[in-house]
Amino acid sequence: MTKSELIANLAARFPQLVLKDAELAVKAILDSMSDNLATGERIEIRGFGSFSLNYRPPRLGRNPKTGSKVQVPEKHVPHFKAGKELRERVDLVV
Amino acid sequence: MTLTKADLAELLFDQVGLNKREAKDMVEAFFEEIRTALEKGDSVKLSGFGNFELRKKSERPGRNPKTGEEIPITARRVVTFHASQKLKSRVEETYGGASA
Repeated sequence: MTKSELIANLAARFPQLVLKDAELAVKAILDSMSDNLATGERIEIRGFGSFSLNYRPPRLGRNPKTGSKVQVPEKHVPHFKAGKELRERVDLVV
Repeated sequence: MTLTKADLAELLFDQVGLNKREAKDMVEAFFEEIRTALEKGDSVKLSGFGNFELRKKSERPGRNPKTGEEIPITARRVVTFHASQKLKSRVEETYGGASA
């Protein structure tokens, strides 16, 4: 499912709204989630999951081409942990 | 402050002009659509944000950390999230340069 399919599905659920409303809603939700994560804030959606940042300490890496050592700086990467309902529903059909 | 569904509903009320009821239902429906797609085995690609994908895990040995007893971890299907390059670089902009 892509973003435009998600928008179309949502618009179909709300017959009183026009497609543009669903489009603005999806954009507003995703922008807000990105803004929060980008500033290091957590997101917690009950039944879906939580987003947070994971810290990766600086390490000594290697350039795979030349084999020379390079210092890889510390970084923060977005992390998602599925919530109970999502975990259970996704696991049901294997 | 942690972002919650209530905050997102507030935002749809303020920014998109949905009424309170619609805003709350829209936030719920947004996450339900994603859950439904994943449940059906469909991955979800939200450009600019990231992709939710499914991975099949085969059974592997595990143990109860309390008792040390060996119990197999059954085969399962799990959701993984991969942040988009855009989201990753926005995070880096916030934290980049801050040396430990």
